[in-house]
Amino acid sequence: MAIETRSVTKRFGDFVALDDVSITAESGSLTALLGPSGSGKSTLLRVIAGLEVPDSGDVFISGREATALAPQKRGVGFVFQHYAPFKHMTVRENVAFALKIRRRPKAEIRARVDELLELVQLGGLGGRYPAQLSGGQRQRMALARALAPEPDVLLLDEPFGALDARVRKELRAWLRRLHEETHTTTILVTHDQEEAMEVADEIVLMAKGRVEQVGPPRELYETPANEFVMTFVGPVSRVGGAYVRPHDIEILLSPDGSDGEAMVERIVHLGFEVRVELLAADGSRLSVQLTRDEATELELVEGDVVWLRARRTRVFA
Amino acid sequence: MIGKYAVRFSALGYVTVILVAPVALIFWRAFEHGLGPFWDAITTPNAVHALKLTLELAIVAVPLNTVFGIACAIAIVRYRMPGGGLVNAIVDLPLALSPVVVGLSLYLLYARDGWFGGWLTRHGVQVLFAYPSMLLAMLFISLPFVVREVVPVLREIGIDAEEAAATLGASAFTTFRKITLPAIRWAVTYGVVLTTARVLGEFGAVSIVSGGIAGRTQVLTQYVQASYENFDLTGAYAASVVLAGLAVATLVAMTLIKPKEERSGHRDA
Repeated sequence: MAIETRSVTKRFGDFVALDDVSITAESGSLTALLGPSGSGKSTLLRVIAGLEVPDSGDVFISGREATALAPQKRGVGFVFQHYAPFKHMTVRENVAFALKIRRRPKAEIRARVDELLELVQLGGLGGRYPAQLSGGQRQRMALARALAPEPDVLLLDEPFGALDARVRKELRAWLRRLHEETHTTTILVTHDQEEAMEVADEIVLMAKGRVEQVGPPRELYETPANEFVMTFVGPVSRVGGAYVRPHDIEILLSPDGSDGEAMVERIVHLGFEVRVELLAADGSRLSVQLTRDEATELELVEGDVVWLRARRTRVFA
Repeated sequence: MIGKYAVRFSALGYVTVILVAPVALIFWRAFEHGLGPFWDAITTPNAVHALKLTLELAIVAVPLNTVFGIACAIAIVRYRMPGGGLVNAIVDLPLALSPVVVGLSLYLLYARDGWFGGWLTRHGVQVLFAYPSMLLAMLFISLPFVVREVVPVLREIGIDAEEAAATLGASAFTTFRKITLPAIRWAVTYGVVLTTARVLGEFGAVSIVSGGIAGRTQVLTQYVQASYENFDLTGAYAASVVLAGLAVATLVAMTLIKPKEERSGHRDA
């Protein structure tokens, strides 16, 4: 087990940021801490890094008790949402920082920095200052800087949160490839469920300082433990009192065997997928996901009255 | 257009009347009879002693207030300590308090029947009317400048880079030296310049605690006052010119050591 927290609790004044949180991350895995803002996911990451001291509970890194260990001695690499570049140093100097303070030989530092800059695709930009880089480049520099001392554990705090959507998607795929190359145990904090599902082997879903569910992305999506997990991971519609994924609702043109009646309010074409927004008989609104072919076959027009049948519903106590 | 020129002329006119004219007059009066009398006036033993004492005080007071100013600023911004807000407010006290009041409070503290004065006198330490009290006065009145310059910059740069350095294995001291200090260096420089200017120009507090004995406990500002009162106007003007010269030299030094890009505006490093 590369990372483990046991019953970690952390309060800021009256606010309980972490309430008895126990998680584990396997060696070489990529785990996402997912949750809305205020769920405690960043605080948990900072507790693992040693940047916050928990009020109670223990932290183990690579089997070693690390709760009272200073961040300098934990062997973790930390990447901040806003990159935290050393602005007065060049990209090379930033990446070399950890090696320089360890007084490694100059030739070794040069070779390692070259290797890292290649790894994060900043090969020709070593002489630039952080201010001369784009957001995505700065974040890759921060990643190289964190990887330089060969940490046992890599901790990423919303690393793509400050980037625009396109760059974020690119970096996500790139991070997954990087992880496949380096196999450094990684914990990624994100509020974006799509990001967590795309990148992580395992997701720890948090809310209000507690762990709601832990599992591989597919498990969270298909067998959510409770209402919160169901609504947070993936889109959801309500039919009657039950929750159902929008792609698990069938639209029927006759009332036979249906679960209810609804009127088509809007039809949104999103390429392969078509989203039909409906007003149910009880006044609630829901949406249904169809493939383009299904939508074409139904010949739906806004204002049509249709019937719905839910294929896989969930009711939480 | 007219509005723009009106603002320019009134601003320039104001500066001319309030600032430039009196200083120019001092220079004119000092050199009215040529360089000879000016040189004679500033090389009298008392004038030389006053200049030396002023510089000696500055050389000790400025580094002390720089080091403690940076420490204070870090304590105020970085540590959530109880009473942090109070410390922050107290640091400004010398800016709000008249130097005369500062001098008086030091006098009361170190007088023979004061809180500290009695004990120190019994142990043979002379504070009042001597170098120590003058240094204390200088330290008191020039404390806020480095703190005030550094605090907003520390707030602005945030804690991310320092935390990043810590996770990379840097000790607290290494982080301060390699990350924090480079980021606040211009704020520190500016604070040092202001502190120096304030120390060189100090009069109110020092004149109460020093006794102003010519050739012994008289700084340059007091020398100007004493010369003026003794109708030695050339001496007063000449010493004033030296004070003004020191102030200008400090400002020039700051402009020269700042890199070019930063001269035009206030930019964080």
